[in-house]
Amino acid sequence: MRNPYLPYPVRIESIVTETEDRNLKTFKFVFLNKEDEEAFEYIPGQFAELSVPGQGEIPIGIASSPTEKGFIKFTVNKVGRVSSYMHNMEEGDIMGVRGPMGNWYPWETLEGKNIVIIGGGFAFTTLRSSIAYMLHPGNRSRFGKIDVVYGARMPGLLLYKEELAAWEQRDDIGMHITVDSTDDPNWKYNVGFVPAVTKEKAPSAENSYAIICGPPIMIKFTLPVLTELGFPPERIISSLEMRMKCGIGICGRCNLGTEYVCKDGPVFTLEELSQLPNEY
Amino acid sequence: MSEIYISKEKFPEVVGQLMSHGRVYGPVFQGQYHEFARLDKPEDIDLSFQNTRLSPKDFFHPHSERMFTYSLAKDDPERCILKEAPKDYSTKVVLGIRPCDAKAFQLDDRNFDTETIKDPWWVQRRKSTILVGLACNSPCSTCFCTSMDTGPFDASGLDVLMVDVGDGYVARSVTEKGRECISSIKGVQTVPAQAAEKEGQLKKTAEESMGKVLDMKPIYEKKTLELFHDPLWEEVHFSCINCGTCTFACPTCWCFDIQDEVQGDSGDRLRLWDSCMFPLFTFHGSGHNPRSQKIQRVRQRFMHKLKYYPEKYGNGPACVGCGRCVKACPVNIDIRHVARLMSTSCSCPA
Repeated sequence: MRNPYLPYPVRIESIVTETEDRNLKTFKFVFLNKEDEEAFEYIPGQFAELSVPGQGEIPIGIASSPTEKGFIKFTVNKVGRVSSYMHNMEEGDIMGVRGPMGNWYPWETLEGKNIVIIGGGFAFTTLRSSIAYMLHPGNRSRFGKIDVVYGARMPGLLLYKEELAAWEQRDDIGMHITVDSTDDPNWKYNVGFVPAVTKEKAPSAENSYAIICGPPIMIKFTLPVLTELGFPPERIISSLEMRMKCGIGICGRCNLGTEYVCKDGPVFTLEELSQLPNEY
Repeated sequence: MSEIYISKEKFPEVVGQLMSHGRVYGPVFQGQYHEFARLDKPEDIDLSFQNTRLSPKDFFHPHSERMFTYSLAKDDPERCILKEAPKDYSTKVVLGIRPCDAKAFQLDDRNFDTETIKDPWWVQRRKSTILVGLACNSPCSTCFCTSMDTGPFDASGLDVLMVDVGDGYVARSVTEKGRECISSIKGVQTVPAQAAEKEGQLKKTAEESMGKVLDMKPIYEKKTLELFHDPLWEEVHFSCINCGTCTFACPTCWCFDIQDEVQGDSGDRLRLWDSCMFPLFTFHGSGHNPRSQKIQRVRQRFMHKLKYYPEKYGNGPACVGCGRCVKACPVNIDIRHVARLMSTSCSCPA
């Protein structure tokens, strides 16, 4: 059995600064060894430990989709030691990736259902993976209607702007991009908080599942809206963040009661979360 | 199963025989306490102890250990590629470990050695270590193993169980590894009839001296969230100073941190014991902390041991009643008292 603490060596192929405040960068990694790439088989919703020798490791959601071959992508917010160091790394630098880790969005259950994706701020990464996965020609017919409500504080803070624009053009996905406020006279999308926009667009709860990721305050005010729309707790899915070290359910810090967010999560339904201590 | 009798006169020579085959560790009196240490000579071992101050978890889960090494040199083609740090997995005999501590490692196995994930270092050390235990004839006042699904003569976590019957030791193998160990010892006697009889009496006396002081069943039966939200934690956490001593001494506290350390052009990735008592344990990069309050951290420790673990594995608490935390706590928090509060508390309808 492979040592689960040993990262796969990867090379940074490209770095894209995503937001105006330059706090979010997307790293595209290529595996140094072909067999590692094959071993790193992931499903949208999973995460990995990004491993920088000399700095440490951070758990980050996988932003690429398994339908995109030859690389993996992660969008990293600059907050602590490892992420700040990564923001100063360059294309061509060598680091490590350990994973994939955790569970994933329940794709088998979601098959044949309408999907409502609600995201806020930089928590859009595994949602981006999920959208790219569902929109893949081989997968699109497996799902019903897809609606996306994605909000940021201002236009410059939205992730993946080019892709958002491309998705806007499609007729097989309902995009509802919004910002809290903007002084841009050419802004052609919504203005308003995510809960309000969700309420306004009112995606049907019939045969639908909602996947919601974002800052706690957004989740707190969106949940009542979803409930009002008729989504029961077992059809509202969320993904949690935690401080992690091992990422494989051994080091002991990321538990909610009996469940480890790294191994039993990070994806939980609202129904599951209601049975667990709310230490997140 | 095989059994032998080793007279106390003969014991140092037997230790010497074991030492000639490989590394032997045992309780050694150092400063004011007994601690497990590698024996340099057979006389170093001192079995006239109740238990060591620290648990022997260090044998399998060292306080700090090098996981990987790497080079950061600009011109090194292997730059930033992690290499496994070499480790010594030669056979090791731990002589005189108490049954409770050995049982604790079985509980820890469920964390480190699962079907899907195996911690390679833990698993290999477990495999290459022979645990020769010593039954407790006179448990401490802080011991309560009999209430925690184990006992002073519990052989279940051991490879060999030795019992001090006065003028010698009866040693009985529990596992195949233990049987091989015993049969390698030369010049020993068969167990005299009166020794076996004495053994039974000693076991009874030791167990009765502790009695059953806790009933865990109500804790298992209660709902997790009911215990989690119970006001009892207000009382329990009040005096705690979050020093982490309990987690340091506990044989079933396995939580660890991973840190990188760099010197010049080379670095190490280290694994170090960590503690749920420390705010940093759960501190997010964003500044958010799901267990920012002391009461949350104290609750986590006791809930993990007495409720989450049994619920997750359906098989007893993550506590063996060694009593080290009771002895070492600077503010006299007693896990037996906490367990009693947990089992008797009730959230009465308003």
